Amino acid sequence: MNSTLTIEDHLLRLEVEDFLWHEADLLDEFRYEEWLDLLTDDLTYWMPIRRNVPSRELEGEFTTEGAELSWYTDDKATMERRVLQIRTRVHWADEPFSRISHFITNVRILDSKNPDEVRVGCRFMFHRNRHDDEESNFVGKRIDTLRRTSEGWKIARREIYLDESVLLFKNFTNFF
Amino acid sequence: MTSSDLSMKRLVNNEEAWVSAAIFSHPDIYQQELEQIFARTWLFVGHECQIPNPGDFVRSRMGEEQVILTRGRDKKIYVLLNSCSHRGNMVCRYDEGHGLAFQCSFHGWTFSSDGKLINLPPGTEEAYAPDLRKEDWGLLSARVETFQGTVWANWDKSAPGLREFFGGAATYLSAGLSDAEGNPDGTELAGGVMRWRVGLNWKVPMPDLDTTHGWITHRSARGPVAGFGVGGGGGGDSYHVWFPEGHTHSMRVSDEVPAVNGFNAFQEYPLLQEYLTEHWSKRREKLGKLAEEFDMPHMFPNAGSTVGRMIRIMHPQGPAEAEMWSYILVDKAMPPEVKEACVRFHERRWGPNGMVQKDDMENWYVQTRYSKGFMTRWGLHQNNQLGMSNPSKHGPSTFGLPGMFHPQPTDENYRRFFERYSQYMEAKSWDELMIKDSPMVGATL
Repeated sequence: MNSTLTIEDHLLRLEVEDFLWHEADLLDEFRYEEWLDLLTDDLTYWMPIRRNVPSRELEGEFTTEGAELSWYTDDKATMERRVLQIRTRVHWADEPFSRISHFITNVRILDSKNPDEVRVGCRFMFHRNRHDDEESNFVGKRIDTLRRTSEGWKIARREIYLDESVLLFKNFTNFF
Repeated sequence: MTSSDLSMKRLVNNEEAWVSAAIFSHPDIYQQELEQIFARTWLFVGHECQIPNPGDFVRSRMGEEQVILTRGRDKKIYVLLNSCSHRGNMVCRYDEGHGLAFQCSFHGWTFSSDGKLINLPPGTEEAYAPDLRKEDWGLLSARVETFQGTVWANWDKSAPGLREFFGGAATYLSAGLSDAEGNPDGTELAGGVMRWRVGLNWKVPMPDLDTTHGWITHRSARGPVAGFGVGGGGGGDSYHVWFPEGHTHSMRVSDEVPAVNGFNAFQEYPLLQEYLTEHWSKRREKLGKLAEEFDMPHMFPNAGSTVGRMIRIMHPQGPAEAEMWSYILVDKAMPPEVKEACVRFHERRWGPNGMVQKDDMENWYVQTRYSKGFMTRWGLHQNNQLGMSNPSKHGPSTFGLPGMFHPQPTDENYRRFFERYSQYMEAKSWDELMIKDSPMVGATL
């Protein structure tokens, strides 16, 4: 435990936490256009694929960013397309909308040396209920790089580490 | 007629062209499929590039089962059942790695990377019957053959060889696995495998080259969203191409060698578009009418590609669930940034997060999930009659290409897949399954 946290550190964490909860509300309320406004133009949104590897070789657990496969390696333009797709109202994967709830917890500031660009770690649980009895629980860790702008905090980079190796749900239809 | 009657004539009617949904959910039919189909056909298990050196291994699947694809000390490729010959525990619990032996974590029986039993638990060797022959107690080892880098395995010693099993479809598979210049051994896999579970029967997507679902299933992915429907171009007519061995493909045939319309589908990935365009004339020269076939055919029973360079395998996981695996094929000669563009193009369109394919998964899942009642299984006959008024055109006489051609729009591939499926489900031995008059087997391009 870091015993040198100052009151300013705590305030920063509260500010960031509030931002992340606001973001979760936008997603859970399907306010995707407002959510897009929270992403910087140079966004990287990355979710690698996980593998079962020997515990002494954990460095090989995730696919590497770039030339290897991933669940997401997206820029802002791709995110905008994903939102556009949902808005066609014939995107069957999420038509009718699933009921979704994002839980964001264990929020910690990992690096705030640059006060205008901080690295933040958290856990997420993202619950999806669909049709009559379809249920998914996406659980994992996230590392975000948040940038302070004149319009408030924005997400410049998001790394999402899902707990699964074989994805146990049929598709991704929302955002993490 | 009761629901315990599982005879094929009640499940698949090819004269009237319908199937009963029971084949997509009935547990007894599923068990029969594991034995009659998955234990005796050639199955895609991976690619040579995954195991370049002796001792390298990756886990894969054959039907429900886990197998280990390994490179032995002798540099040969082995495909081993991941199940200890002592008590059936998994001997390899890693998705990939390197090691010259697999030691079972239960009692410690140890096997070499070619599957031989090499060590028994300490102090037990003498207590086993004196005539315990270690060579009789290795891991179960499948037959293995390769095709342009891809690795295929088969449990059935009486099955024909891989090329004979492919029949005329080998010609198309060859084109699909060739690189941008048409070199047959010019491709490899990008790192990583997408693996995901879907509540669907493994057969639901397999003959799904009908091309009649796209306009509505993929309506949300058109044009500005994901570029679906962009490209194509060229002249000629579109066909289903089927092979009596059970494999199916779809393609356009024209008198002119195709021009591919500038690879418009890749316009947002200019590095990839330029790369393909740059090598196009060589590919066209080598592959002729098949130059446009960048994807592989659907190879019976469960291997295919969606579109382009994504190889998709449907591993059965119970009657109403499957584990889908997707690999992305890239050219060995692609510069790293082109490989990256190729991976991004495919993973943003296909796979569980692909803007095109995620709508497929939804439809396939809903079809399976809501077809488990008596009326949905037996009362409803699912219609496969599209295009029945058109006769097939026999390949050799018309196009100089192997296979049987049926003009689109049609369900011909669907009918032919289930025709072959019924033969497997009923045949007692491979003697009954051998194809004697495959259209233009071994045809050169």
